[in-house]
Amino acid sequence: MSLIPMDKDGFGAVPNSGKTDVKYDVVICGVGGQGAILASDILGRAAVAEGRAIQAAETHGMAQRGGSVENHVRIGSAYGSLIPPGSADLMIALEPVEAVRYARLMKEGGVIIVNTEPVYPFTVTTGKAEYPGLSQMLEALSKVFDVQAFNATDVAAQTGNRQATNVVMIGAASHYIPLQKQTFIDCIRVLVPPEFLDINLAAFEAGLKSIRK
Amino acid sequence: MTKEYMLGNVAIARGVMESGAGMVSGYPGTPSSEIIDNLRAQKDLGFYVEWSVNEKVAVEVAIGAAFAGIRAFVTMKHVGLNVAADPLMTVSYAGTKGGLIILAADDPSLHSSQNEQDTRRYAQFAQIPCFDPATIQDAKDVVSFAFDFSERFETPVIIRSTTRISHGKSSVELGELKPSTNVADFQKDPSRMVMMPNFARGRHGVILGKQKEMMEALEESSWNVLEKCEGSRIGIISSGIASVYAKEALHALGIKASFLKITAYPMPDNLIIEMLNHCDKILVIEELEPIVEDHVRILAQQNQSATVIIGKNPVPRVFELNFEICRRVMIDVLKDHCVVSAVEKAAPPKPLPPEITDIVLPPRPPALCVGCSHRSAFQVIKEVFGKNAIFPSDIGCYTLGIHSGVVDTTICMGASISMASGITHSGEKKAVCCTIGDSTFLHTGVNSLMNAVYNNSKMTVAILDNRITAMTGHQPNPNTGQTAVGVESIPVSLADVCAALGASFIRVVDAYDYEALKTAFRDAKNFDGVSVVIVQQACAIVARKLGVKNNPYAVITKNCKGCRKCINFGCPATEFNKETAVSFINSQCIGCGVCAQICPFDAIAEVKK
Repeated sequence: MSLIPMDKDGFGAVPNSGKTDVKYDVVICGVGGQGAILASDILGRAAVAEGRAIQAAETHGMAQRGGSVENHVRIGSAYGSLIPPGSADLMIALEPVEAVRYARLMKEGGVIIVNTEPVYPFTVTTGKAEYPGLSQMLEALSKVFDVQAFNATDVAAQTGNRQATNVVMIGAASHYIPLQKQTFIDCIRVLVPPEFLDINLAAFEAGLKSIRK
Repeated sequence: MTKEYMLGNVAIARGVMESGAGMVSGYPGTPSSEIIDNLRAQKDLGFYVEWSVNEKVAVEVAIGAAFAGIRAFVTMKHVGLNVAADPLMTVSYAGTKGGLIILAADDPSLHSSQNEQDTRRYAQFAQIPCFDPATIQDAKDVVSFAFDFSERFETPVIIRSTTRISHGKSSVELGELKPSTNVADFQKDPSRMVMMPNFARGRHGVILGKQKEMMEALEESSWNVLEKCEGSRIGIISSGIASVYAKEALHALGIKASFLKITAYPMPDNLIIEMLNHCDKILVIEELEPIVEDHVRILAQQNQSATVIIGKNPVPRVFELNFEICRRVMIDVLKDHCVVSAVEKAAPPKPLPPEITDIVLPPRPPALCVGCSHRSAFQVIKEVFGKNAIFPSDIGCYTLGIHSGVVDTTICMGASISMASGITHSGEKKAVCCTIGDSTFLHTGVNSLMNAVYNNSKMTVAILDNRITAMTGHQPNPNTGQTAVGVESIPVSLADVCAALGASFIRVVDAYDYEALKTAFRDAKNFDGVSVVIVQQACAIVARKLGVKNNPYAVITKNCKGCRKCINFGCPATEFNKETAVSFINSQCIGCGVCAQICPFDAIAEVKK
């Protein structure tokens, strides 16, 4: 029988492996098609490269058809991949309304990096719903969180491709995430197709410069 | 040792490549699709891989290969196993020669599904072993173990994944790649392969007789492990991914308890009895059905155990579990065993201030893409049949037609056509027009259409033909003209299939030709019998990837009367400027031109370069 005595603490073995000394929970949210998965891939791969335990949960399937997407990335977690409400350290919001939608996951004083470029859902374009004012949303979030807002889509466009908005956001977020800047760059080199590498490396640097910690 | 950050499904695919598998088959379905998508993209395949037309076929293809002696792996989503239940229930009697694994990916919380059935029930029903991995690493590693186990006990096995395994990511330690181990050599053995009553009768007893031996083998393995805490009379029994959440909650609350992890079935009776003997109170934490719990209660009764067993209610039976839920349940039933400060820490977070919660957020449900061919078909169907007609629909992107008011029913793959004919024969006088995609039609819609024609139904069937299985990530199907690995194959002619089934009204139209669509559906509505309209156009995402580029369209502002007809069409590329009261077309336009045909005032035109 697979019967083993519990360890001295009486809590038993911890699943999976990797360093768990630093814990840092990141929510990446936005709209299906904005590249939230690549952003979480860069983050996760960087964590693995630095030997940290990592768990992530992603939105695939139906929700990707322009729906709201929510990815959780837990650096230093040996357990589950879902971030309990009120405890995330950082949010990377690729779209402002989505920042508000998932704010409940954030801990008080947590950092919200938000791309201010709106993506209107069809409920808004067809006049069934209103899109809230940008300044209202940012001011409200600022009451509780450390909000870092800038137009990452414009920054990406200036570096050559709007599609690189996600990488601009990772660049900005790298100020806060407890991983080395060089590790992110190494991971971008692996994950991005060669023909888009220069644009993405430039996007990362531009994102880094877009906010000051 | 190499560690890689991997999607659960990619890790499972890697597990297949490390297992000596010789054949992979399946039908796409969230959250299982990326397993075969990853395998079919591999260079130098050492195994055969196919997308089959449905899950029943996929399992039968794999049984054939396994009977010939090679290792076969089948993938599907949980509801796909319903389609494959027929071969499943009998191959369990027959057993297998080469290893046979059926992977079904469950979707607790119904992220992308029509129900949240628990595949462990099927394993129990079919009397075959089931692995329910707790982590992504386990999900990879279990594949090789399950193949060995399948061959050792000559039984098919089920691997049950869940959304949080399949669509989770973690660091995974890789093993060595292993090419197909077995050589195909079909040896005739009617007593094992011909399940006619005479042979099948004996097999039922044989498979029941194997259960104990399989249970004991799994009890020796690392898949079912009891960590016994001598100083505690409290026990937790937890299964699959829930065991990870339960362990985290246990640590967070400082509870000292024995812990039995169950990730393989049949369940470890001796370990459970050990727990019953050692503990005064046992909490069973499992996602969805109380399968472990029921078994623990049976063993407790058989052994006259006085141990208190707690399971469903307080542990929820609906939706997926998580750390939070496990912690709440533990505080609820094991409060005296928690560290006080840890319970205080578990208090719910401070609510967000009203400034944030008062903001009314626009809903952002998934929607049909810009230029999606389904949108024009739905628009015309609504116009021709009127909103009082009945619109049965099916499983695919076009279920999103619910936003256009033209999806009245969705039950399972292929049901649109059969339900439509049921409605027409019920005495209901309203017109009936059902919608079904090409892949779903070929999956199980063909039978339904044959049935409708055979039974003289009067209804219209719209086959929304975009030549791909789009919703699950653009897998090819018999209609595409290529196999899973990109080899050319003869595309099925949907019109010829319908004709062969006896349909005498068949019209093939281009989804972007609005007038032709209207004519086709008007004629179809007037036809006395089963009329079929095949609406063709490539999936907009596939077309873009293939480099198809059309000129975009724009609103000629001076012609726009602000009637909002284009806006109500619902394409995300059309927007309305409230200040000027005219429409405009944003940068997402792919130039399908349908809105220009809908506009009554010629106010939308192609932007010629």
